[in-house]
Formats: sequence, structure tokens, C-alpha cells
Amino acid sequence: MTETVVYAAREIITMNPSRPVASHVAVRDGRILGVGSLAELAGWGDHRLDTRFADKILMPGLVEGHSHVMEGTFWSYAYCGYFDRMDPNGKIWPGAKTMAAALDRLADAEAALADPTQPLTAWSLDPIYYDNVRCTRADLDAISPSRPIGVLHASGHIMNVNSRALELAGMLRAGVNHPGIPLGADGLPTGELKGPEAMAPVSPHVGFDRDALAADEPGLRRFARLCVRQGVTTAADLASMLPDAAVEMMTRVTGEADFPARIVSLRRLHGIAPEEIVARALALRARSTERLRLGIIKIVADGSIQGFSARLRWPGYYNGAPNGLWYVTPEQLAETFERALAAGVQIHIHTNGDQATELVLDTMAASLAKVPAPDHRFTLQHCQLADRAQFRRMAALGMCVNLFANHHYYWGDEHRRLTVGPERAERMNACASALDYGVPMAIHSDAPVTPLGPLFTAWCAVNRLTASGHLQGAEERIGIADSLHAITLGAAHTLKLDGEIGSIEVGKRADFAILEADPRTVAPGELKDIAVWGTVQGGRVFSAAEI
Amino acid sequence: MTASTPSPIPATVIGGYLGAGKTTLVNHLLRTANGLRLAVLVNEFGALPIDDDLIIAREDNLISLAGGCVCCSFGSDLMAALMDLSQLSPPPERVLIEASGVAMPGAIAASVDLLTAYAVDGVLVLADSETVRARADDPFMGDTIRRQLGEADLILLSKCDVPAPADLAATEAWLASEALTAAVVPMTATTPPPRAVLFDLAAPAPWRHGGTDTLGHDQAYDSLILTPPPALDADAVADALAARPHGILRAKGVLPSARHGGLAALQMVGARLRVEPLAGGAPRHSGQVVVIGLRGQLDRPALEALFPAPLSSAS
Repeated sequence: MTETVVYAAREIITMNPSRPVASHVAVRDGRILGVGSLAELAGWGDHRLDTRFADKILMPGLVEGHSHVMEGTFWSYAYCGYFDRMDPNGKIWPGAKTMAAALDRLADAEAALADPTQPLTAWSLDPIYYDNVRCTRADLDAISPSRPIGVLHASGHIMNVNSRALELAGMLRAGVNHPGIPLGADGLPTGELKGPEAMAPVSPHVGFDRDALAADEPGLRRFARLCVRQGVTTAADLASMLPDAAVEMMTRVTGEADFPARIVSLRRLHGIAPEEIVARALALRARSTERLRLGIIKIVADGSIQGFSARLRWPGYYNGAPNGLWYVTPEQLAETFERALAAGVQIHIHTNGDQATELVLDTMAASLAKVPAPDHRFTLQHCQLADRAQFRRMAALGMCVNLFANHHYYWGDEHRRLTVGPERAERMNACASALDYGVPMAIHSDAPVTPLGPLFTAWCAVNRLTASGHLQGAEERIGIADSLHAITLGAAHTLKLDGEIGSIEVGKRADFAILEADPRTVAPGELKDIAVWGTVQGGRVFSAAEI
Repeated sequence: MTASTPSPIPATVIGGYLGAGKTTLVNHLLRTANGLRLAVLVNEFGALPIDDDLIIAREDNLISLAGGCVCCSFGSDLMAALMDLSQLSPPPERVLIEASGVAMPGAIAASVDLLTAYAVDGVLVLADSETVRARADDPFMGDTIRRQLGEADLILLSKCDVPAPADLAATEAWLASEALTAAVVPMTATTPPPRAVLFDLAAPAPWRHGGTDTLGHDQAYDSLILTPPPALDADAVADALAARPHGILRAKGVLPSARHGGLAALQMVGARLRVEPLAGGAPRHSGQVVVIGLRGQLDRPALEALFPAPLSSAS
């Protein structure tokens, strides 16, 4: 007979309305045997009482509904972002508050590289916070003229490189004519590269190797350690191309006895026909394991709002920028929806602009009329600009939404000032509207775009402050209880895992976030400051201090 | 860059919305490659019905075809696929990129031009003569369709045998009213434009009489050989040709160039003009430019007036 462990806690927040709090939880075979008093649990027979959490708060393991395992890869590069950020080792890298400080950070990282030919790779630069002072290749040449340097911006859409990197890519020449590549007075590229195509020729020379990014084993391990530090026991990876080699690596690594998280990896619709991707999703689903869940499709409908590539309805961008880009045709969308609905395959759809959301809603209505499919849980991801009429339609169509609460904090000021203007900025990531209409809702980080950390994400949705401290869209704030639901059961629901995870109740996976303070009773402004001791994942204890 | 740098591989971007006939055209070009080692890049293999007897080998994202052609699905990363393709031994002689239905073909061309291994030869955008006007008014896709047409060097107006003549005329008039820079080439599934129009116009050569062998006996097109004064620089010839439309779909010639210190290749397709150092060391016939237009559309008097030197007609 396997061992039964009963954990005592200061309080267990179960998220199960029929037994919302308890003092003890019993675990057997990685699952929750029971939740209640010690006396109640003793009825299950022999057990070992573990009191190490006696002064802690237990919550259901937090569920990150939209992140990218790539965050783990990025931590092998130099961090030069504006905000303080915790790495997988628990070290907090202080934010670089000026461009000079960011360059200093790069110089330090450069000095630490022994091999003179090794590229210096860095990430999370954000000139928005430096009054849009641009970094130039001269700035980076001063750090090293001989070593290729590539610095990816926080948005992931822009990269700064030095002269050596341009030279290696054959781009340090006159006559470059590309909308994403500004030229200096000398007629040569300034070193700023905007958009994936502009970056592509340089990326392999500065350490952003696509093959490594596709299946980076150390990166996956680092990502999982970051999960432990943030109380996350299940994280969705949106999305990958999931070639067989990557699936094999992920299956092996997540299957290791001490791998501390459950990864839900989605297959992106790209370079594959609708018919093929539905078959591929079914084949992937059959390869799912306890800690690697496969079989959901992701479709990207449009671009990003801050990159002006999202598709907006009239009147478009506040600064007059032309409308953004479609990444899918209505025909592809409809065919994939219908085939997936018929096969029982779930789809998550990235829409940032409200016109993209509108197209998905129109397409979904038509597809469901042809292929009725109860409880399909197709989920709109980001969906940042949806208005109330659109949330009503999501509810009517049985769709879920995963709103980008963190974005509001990091780019909310830009959205008010530049992209969509004050009025629409206030309704961005409208959590209260989603809940008003009963749309099943999650909130997310999109790590590495913003840091992984569901308690911070909850703080964003509860407080709706921007980075400048501006309260933006007070009416769309939600309560702490709703925010905690969004980062547990809400996210689990969008992944069709709410029967397994997301609450602490009998039969579910023994996944807990171990907290030092009670999120229900802290001041709303302190939600993000709650310390995370670690997690229990599938009954295995992972301390952040020792991970 | 050293003298041994191979000359860039010419790349043609083929854009247009779903159903406009991109795949049909690509299949036709593969079937009629006639020894030219074409590499075709498609977003996905899904809709590409390559005849089985042409396929020599098939891997995940690369199909090898008889005659040295390859077809490659680039999925999410066109640039990476292009970089890989240029490493093939031997490299392809020409690359055709079939853009996805919502892609901006001009943006793709600008990106391809970043790769030193390639030189963009033209942006062809297909437009379904029956549906393009309605598509251009679609509330979701309309502006995308118009931007695609606006980025074309040549618009291939497909399925011209389908609409009633009056409707076709109305569509052509509408295209003309859209102030697009591209020339419009009508076609049907069975009468695709010859390779000389699409991408493969040969420069005039002494052993070749005019453009007749590149155009075959196609009755839909005219060609002319222009002979600018020997001292006239390639850039000056290019400026003269570009100053007015003249009905030119495509032009190619080898001319002296002070800028490139010797001979340069002049290429023109629609409004896209390139004057580049002559690739390869073999002596070439120089001093002439061949131009192609739709039959009856070349502005012969104006072209003759440009370079009032000896002029020979090839048609």
C-alpha cells in the first residue's frame, strides 16, 4: 500500500465552494485523498502527518494559461529589462532604469564571456521607458566591436544588433531597403531590426538559434524551476510547432521523477493544412502523459497592438497608423474550426484587435451552426480590445477567454497615449465585463513577454494600474476572489483540465501553491508581494529555496 | 564579399488571395521547368497536387522533383527556409515563393532582398477576375486585398474566360482606376503568361534574333529590341524607360555602367527597376534592351523616340 501523507496548513484555500477552507489535506499516489480536519482524514487509515506547511497558506497549484517555455531559454541570455525580474535561480535582476544602465548590464555580461567569438545575446530591452531613446549599433560596438551582439526587445518584435552582427549577416551595406530596417545618415542600417523577417538573417549569428529555441532541454528545465518559484504547477505553452524531436525531448524531460510542472503544449496552425493539423492534434493527444498534455491547436489571427499589427475595427489606431495584419484567412479559420469541432479537438485563437475577435466570433457562429459541438471551449487568447457586445457573443457561443492582464500594466500607458487612445485603453482586457456575461475567464502573462507569476497577474486584474501608476479602467477591476479563480480553475477550464486540477478537492491532482500570506486577506495592492515558498506537484514537494 | 561570391539567386514572389490561382500557376511552372532548377517555396503542401511521377524523394518539408526542381514548405519561417535552400548543392537557379493568402507580397520581397544569396526579380500578384472586386470590398479582408494589389509589379488577372466580357471589362476598368503601379496581364488557366513575362526573359544575344525564341509564337505579346546609343549609361536608360509606362511588362538588357565599372544588367518588371553588376564572367552581348508588352499595348512610337538609333522589330 502506498503512503498517505496528511499536510497540516495554517489555512487551505480549496476553491471548492462546497468546502472552501480546511486545515488539512491528505495525499496518496499523487492525488488528493481528502480535504478537511485531521480527524476526518484519519478515517482513511494509516498516514504520516507532515507539518512543514503548518504556518503556510495552501492554494490549488496556480495555472498559467498562456506562457511560452521559451522564457526558460531566454534566461541563458543577459537580462536588460526595465523592471526587476526573478531568474530561475531566484536571483532578482534589478531593472535598468536608463539606457546607460541597460548598456552597462550588457558590458558586464560581455566581460563574463571567455570565448572572444561567442555572441552576446540579451533580451527584454524596452526603450519605451527611456523616452524612446533608440539604441544604435555604435552603442553596442562600444561594448564589443568584434563579438556579434543581439539584444531582443521586451516585445519580442524588435532587435538591436552591433556592426559585427550586421556584417556577418551581409547587412552592413548601403542599399538596404526594408520598412523594418531604419538607416543612419551614413546610409547603413542603424542596427535596429523590426519584425521577424528583418531579424531573421542576423538571429543565427547572435545566438537566437531557431533550432535551439524549438527544443531547448535546459530551457525547459529552467522554465519549470521558475514555475516552482511562482507557485505554478501547470503551465500552457502557446505554442510550438511540436516536431517529433521536440515532443520526444519534452516527453522524456517532463517524465523525469523530479520535473516539477505539468506542461500543456499547443500546436500552432502554421505551415500545415487544416485537415492535417486536426489529425496531428489527435495523434499528439494520444501521446499525452501525466506531465505533458498535447492535442490543442493554436491559431494566430492577427498581430500585436503595440506593434500596430493587430486588426482593429473602425476607427483604427489612435495615432492614425494603418490597420494591422491578418495571419490567417477567414476560409482557413472556418475550415479548421469545422474540422476540429467535428473531431472534438480544442482550439485557442490569438486575437489582439477587436476586428480579429469579430472575425473569430462570426466564423465560430457559422461553424457551430454547421457542426454543433457542446462544451467545445474554444478560447480567445489575449482578446485585449473586446467590447461588451463581443463578450456577450462569446458567452452565447460557449467560448472562453484568456485576457492579458499583465499587458495592461506594462503597455497600458502606451495604449492610452498612442495605440488605441484613452477610451478604448480603459476597456482593454475587460475582466469585469467577461465575468458579467459569464464567459469562463483566465488571465495570463504571455511569459517571456511579461514575467511568469500568476499572483502578479491577479494583482494586475484587481488593481488595473499601469507602469506609471495610472488607474486605467476602474470599472473593469475584479475582486481578489475572482482573480484567484482566474489563475486556478479559470485557467484550468480553458485547458479542459478543471476536472483534474484548479481546486483542492478529493480525487484531483495533489497540486498546491505554498504561500507565506493569505491572498484573500492582504490589501489588494499587496497581492503581487506575497512570497511563494514553493509547490507540491503531483504530491511531490518542491521548495523554491532548493529548486 | 569576395570575387568568388556566387551571384544571387533570382527570386519571384507570387502573391494573391485564396483561389486566385497561385497554386495552379506554380504547378504549371514546375511541370514546364524544362531543365531550369526551380525551387518553389510554399507555406504548406496541403493544396499542392504534384504529380506522383515527378516526385523523386519526399521529406518532411522538402520534395525533390525530376529535373532538379525542389518544392519546400516553409511553415512559420520563410527566411530560415530560404537560408537553408541557398546552401543546397547545387543551389537552385531560381526561387518562386508562393505567399499565403493574407501575406503582403511586397513585405516578403523586401525581406528576401535582405538575404545576400537572393535578388528579388519581381512580385506577381494574382487576382481572380471574377471575385477580386467583391473581395476588395470585404469588411475584414478588403484592405488586405488592396494592399496586395498595390505591392505588385505585375498583376496576373486570372480566370479571364469565366466572367462575361462586360464584367471582365468592368473589372479591368476598376483595376485601372485603383491607381496601381503594376501592369495587368490577363490570363486563363490554360493560357498562363510565358516564362519570359513571368520571370525568365533572356537578355538580347547575338545568336538570338530578337525576342521570338523567348516568347515562342505566343500571339498575346509583342517584343521590341531597343538599341540605346553606345555611350548611354544603364542608369540613364533605366530612367528613360521608367519615366512613362510605355506598356512594358518586362525589360532586360546588358549595358555599360559607370556606377558598376563595366557592364551591368538592367531589369525591369512593372515599376521595379534594377541595374546590377553583370553576373558571371562570360562575355555577353551588350548594348541592347529587349522589352515585352501585351500585343498592341507597347507604345512603339514613344519607345522609338527614346533612343532614335537603329531599331529592330522582333515581331
